[in-house]
Amino acid sequence: MAEKITIGELHLSGCTGCLVTLADNYEGLFKLLDDYADLVYALTLVDVRHVPEMDVCLVEGSCCLNDKTSVEELKEARAKSKVLVAYGGCAAYGNITRFSRGGQWNQPGHEAYVPISEVVDVDLYIPSCPPCPQQVRNVAVMAYLLLRGNDEQKNLATAYLTPLMQLAQRGNEACGCDLLYDVINQGLCMGCGTCAGTCPVRAITMEYGKPNVNRDLCIKCGACYAQCPRSWFNFDVMNNYEGIMDAINGAMQ
Amino acid sequence: MDVLGNYKSVISARSTDKDITKKSQDGGIITTLFAYALEEGIIDGAIVAGPGDEPWKPEPVVATTKAELLAAAGTRYTISPNLNLIKEATRSYGLDRVGIVGTPCQMQAVRKAQLYPIGMRDVDDKIALALGIFCMENLSYQALEAIVEDHCNQKMESVKKMDIGKGKFTVYTERGAVSQMPLKLLSKYVQPGCNVCLDYVANLADISSGSVGSPDGWSTVFVRSMKGNAVWDGAIAADLFETKPMDQVKPGLDLVTKLATEKITKNQKNVDARKTFGLKADGTAKGLRNPYETP
Ligand SMILES: Cc1cc2nc3c(=O)[nH]c(=O)nc-3n(C[C@H](O)[C@H](O)[C@H](O)COP(=O)(O)OP(=O)(O)OC[C@H]3O[C@@H](n4cnc5c(N)ncnc54)[C@H](O)[C@@H]3O)c2cc1C
Ligand code: SF4
Ligand code: SF4
Ligand code: SF4
Repeated sequence: MAEKITIGELHLSGCTGCLVTLADNYEGLFKLLDDYADLVYALTLVDVRHVPEMDVCLVEGSCCLNDKTSVEELKEARAKSKVLVAYGGCAAYGNITRFSRGGQWNQPGHEAYVPISEVVDVDLYIPSCPPCPQQVRNVAVMAYLLLRGNDEQKNLATAYLTPLMQLAQRGNEACGCDLLYDVINQGLCMGCGTCAGTCPVRAITMEYGKPNVNRDLCIKCGACYAQCPRSWFNFDVMNNYEGIMDAINGAMQ
Repeated sequence: MDVLGNYKSVISARSTDKDITKKSQDGGIITTLFAYALEEGIIDGAIVAGPGDEPWKPEPVVATTKAELLAAAGTRYTISPNLNLIKEATRSYGLDRVGIVGTPCQMQAVRKAQLYPIGMRDVDDKIALALGIFCMENLSYQALEAIVEDHCNQKMESVKKMDIGKGKFTVYTERGAVSQMPLKLLSKYVQPGCNVCLDYVANLADISSGSVGSPDGWSTVFVRSMKGNAVWDGAIAADLFETKPMDQVKPGLDLVTKLATEKITKNQKNVDARKTFGLKADGTAKGLRNPYETP
């Protein structure tokens, strides 16, 4: 077995739900840590005080521009990581912190929160609030294959990770409105209902076969658009779904 | 990949269960397979297009009995957002082994949710049987109403069966009338999102089934995945289907291939045309989004 990669988690203005999600792989997390990755940083779990060098840094939470330490740690994490991941809706899109506007004790001036890509370049997104244990597991396995695998494995990992990297290029604003702007308004919606099924706050209902978004319920996590099969559908990966799922399950045995 | 997708075998088949074939659209493949899978514990529920609050308007439901499966049998030529229940089936319904039926695009949604579970926690390994139905295009409910009530002059609530085939949209009423609309009138009613669809025979399903290729009352069945293969072998061993080799039925696989090629060629052109849909100030083309390239 090749040498492990190093993974860290930088906790900014998040709720730790993203980290709990990683832990919710249960024995899968132990398998990851036994064979594929060393967890070199995560204030909740590891007694390492300062941001170290990392192959993959999962950043949880958005960045408060009024909090110097947050901004500095985020920039340090960028400088010291090969792959910087916006892990969860807050880091990728701001999520619930989009609604922050200051005025609360005892830091009434802490009012400006941004998705991390406002401050640093981000390589990859894992949207949703919370994200899925299986998605962060898949990204960890694929990052291992990308950095330590043979050519075939590198190609697979690249193909798999590409859409998540493209999401990071697309921007940092997310809302149920994405379904209007980039799916329905584009003539691409076919009424499958995935968006409604995926929304963590049930802000989407299907009316006569099309999504109807209650925008006052939406928390701006980015799950619906990313999960929609008409946001992206990469046939090169999907047509090989059986093989890829077997490979991931095999890696976790 | 060719237009019919990967498959291990293709068979013409019909259910031996008369209760099912009385209600099913074609050979009753979907309903029979789910009923068998429920009985064998391969699934503990299936997401199907159940009856909705208006005639011929489907409502996705989680069926856990044969009676519920029978109530959902047959084709509704309008959108049933079956994926709406895919996560819920593993939550309040408490299912560990989920069955789901759907059109090719819905099978794509299932596989994306498994490979990239973004807001779909604990769903990926609970999809136990994904059954696909062939699909040329789909219609909004209002489009279906216009076809049935204006073009075919029948009331929605009096219709017993609808069928697309041999160049016609055919409506059969409870009292025995048959009304038709030529399919060439269909295009303006097609759901716009169907015009970029590059799959006809549910390439990503475990097993897919449709009417084209086989005689009336029979279905053309593709057995595709390892899972699909195991379930199909079990159902055959339990004598649930009459089968004929595909090369011994008319019109056979050639027609399936022809229609699949036509659909994919036409829609690939639509996808390509989106790239040059508009115009930039410098005279070059301005495009619409292509989901097969980037989000
Ligand atoms: C919109 C549409 C277009 C189709 N186009 C073609 C075609 O071009 N060529 C072809 O050969 N076959 C087509 N079919 C498939 C065909 O009509 C039958 O569904 C298929 O042959 C299965 O028949 P069966 O007797 O095996 O299934 P049955 O035992 O009758 O079961 C059918 C299953 O499909 C589900 N279902 C019904 N309507 C929908 C819906 N709108 N969305 C999702 N699930 C639904 C039902 O709940 C049921 O579980 C189409 C189906 C639909 C819904
Ligand atoms: S995305 Fe959700 S789970 Fe993750 S930190 Fe933000 S609020 Fe918490
Ligand atoms: S998930 Fe399905 S229903 Fe929702 S916007 Fe996308 S295509 Fe339409
Ligand atoms: S034509 Fe394609 S997009 Fe439209 S309903 Fe059928 S499978 Fe879905």
